[in-house]
Amino acid sequence: MALSFTHALDFERPLLELEKKIEELRSLSTSGTVDFSNEIGKLEKKAKKLQQEIFSDLNRWQVVQLSRHTARPYFLDYVNAIFTDYAELSGDRLYSEDPSIIGGFARFDGRPVMVLGHQKGRSTKENMARNFGMPRPEGYRKARRLMELAARFERPILTFVDTPGAYPGIGAEERGQAEAIAVNLEVMAGLPVPVISTVIGEGGSGGALAIGVGNRVLMMENSIYSVISPEACSSILYRDASMAEKAADALKLTARDLLEMNVVDELVPEPAGGAHRDPAKAAEALGKTLRKHLAALSTMNGDKLIADRYAKFRALGVFVGK
Amino acid sequence: MPAWFSKKPKILSSDPNEAELERNSRMEGLWVKCDDCGEILYRADLEKVLNVCPACSHHMALPARARLNALLDPGSFEELDTGLEPQDPLGFSDSKKYRDRIKSTKKNLGENDAFVSGVGKLDGQTVSIGAFIFEFMGGSMGSVVGEKVTRVFERAFDLKCPAILFHASGGARMQEGIFSLMQMAKTSAAISRFRAVKKPYLSVMLHPTTGGVAASFAWLGDVILAEPKALIGFAGPRVIEQTIRQKLPEGFQRSEFLLDHGMIDAIVQRKDLKSRLAQLIGLMA
Ligand SMILES: [Zn+2]
Repeated sequence: MALSFTHALDFERPLLELEKKIEELRSLSTSGTVDFSNEIGKLEKKAKKLQQEIFSDLNRWQVVQLSRHTARPYFLDYVNAIFTDYAELSGDRLYSEDPSIIGGFARFDGRPVMVLGHQKGRSTKENMARNFGMPRPEGYRKARRLMELAARFERPILTFVDTPGAYPGIGAEERGQAEAIAVNLEVMAGLPVPVISTVIGEGGSGGALAIGVGNRVLMMENSIYSVISPEACSSILYRDASMAEKAADALKLTARDLLEMNVVDELVPEPAGGAHRDPAKAAEALGKTLRKHLAALSTMNGDKLIADRYAKFRALGVFVGK
Repeated sequence: MPAWFSKKPKILSSDPNEAELERNSRMEGLWVKCDDCGEILYRADLEKVLNVCPACSHHMALPARARLNALLDPGSFEELDTGLEPQDPLGFSDSKKYRDRIKSTKKNLGENDAFVSGVGKLDGQTVSIGAFIFEFMGGSMGSVVGEKVTRVFERAFDLKCPAILFHASGGARMQEGIFSLMQMAKTSAAISRFRAVKKPYLSVMLHPTTGGVAASFAWLGDVILAEPKALIGFAGPRVIEQTIRQKLPEGFQRSEFLLDHGMIDAIVQRKDLKSRLAQLIGLMA
């Protein structure tokens, strides 16, 4: 995917510059005067090698940046690529509509399911409307409503996590942000249908977990999941928000870290250079992984699914003693 | 998690002029200064009234064990899960290694982590009960706290008895990273399961109850009580101020504010908590 330079991350730039050069040679070639195919071939090899060099050994802070990349596929991009017949449902029936969490019924390989996720915006205007993917209590209550709908109609639930966190604002506190999240955690624990949660970008603390209590928890390769943002962590620990890079390391928040610590079930591979370089391929990989897990969970009845989810989260924690 | 609630009652040494000494010996000090009205109080007298200022009725921190002793029938409390001790799953380190921080805190307080729990009797009725030890890293919730809370509900499930929790916590313990976050899901799942026995879970929010603790089991009480003027909410006031770039109104996120907004059932004076909890259990269990 051609990527605009304005959105590029620093460590992506050398690669983009090379790709731009290749493009230029290509257009010169097609204009017919000189044949550059030899040079193009060389540069393409070089680009491939460079890409491998950059992306084979990303540090945690680079993964944080990728997980927040403004060109990264968002919830709706995956919905459009993986599902059909998406029927978005709105509102919490209590106070308001919250566009930072959206969802509705859709079909997955023809089978009706409930899909639900945080939605970030790509433009400034859209981000204002989506509140940068930071839900207010209404968003969590809508999510709960949709999950309970899915349970009533025996539809599997697929959630997609991508949020910096629940919104910290006056209204959000007045209307019970903590209560809304807490209730979702309990409700999700008791859902008698298969639940698969995938972190597609940022998994920011309780605001992420509030739609993340799945029988299976998956993470896209360049996503993160953390109890606190590296920036907030660094301002508390080091009294300096610019130490976020160090905090990211201390928090061990990448998909790889979480897989190693057995907190998540599977890492979904992203195309070389990250999901934004080839969103279709990223969606294909995610769809394939979801298909596999949904098939396995579909053999369980409601009680078994609840017990399975209980056992999964019951086992999380590291301590000694009885 | 955050450090904005570090306001603690100032406890003076026997000579009120020794301002510097007071800090080191405040736990042993004979005199306590109310950090609301400034009244100098004799510690032994203050303890008799459960650390509530007789002059202005300000509710100062009450250590978890003293609270459980005052609440439960004499000699009935049996502490459980005392062997659980924290680990350092991330190898976390800031100005100090987490491992060393745990070690020194354990030594200073004589506690393994930030939670005490077990079974006891309240007016003759068996209850599964737990309370945060706020002095232990701000009552932050890591794996041990999450495990102990989970067991409070599993025990209440097995015994088919009411559960009571006293919360005083800044939220999840970031030094345990993702494991701290996952305690929110674990504890809430245990509550979901506990509901089947149809016994009440009474949640008591003390100063402060915020972050991941507020946003999981604390707010899942069948009935939620709070002590007066406790700071209760999801995000810390400083985080909110930084986000919205304006000062928060007076009384924001305090118990009275939450009651006004329909987010808790009642504010109860500390001296009345025992009778109120017993009353609710009588009506619900
Ligand atoms: Zn006073």
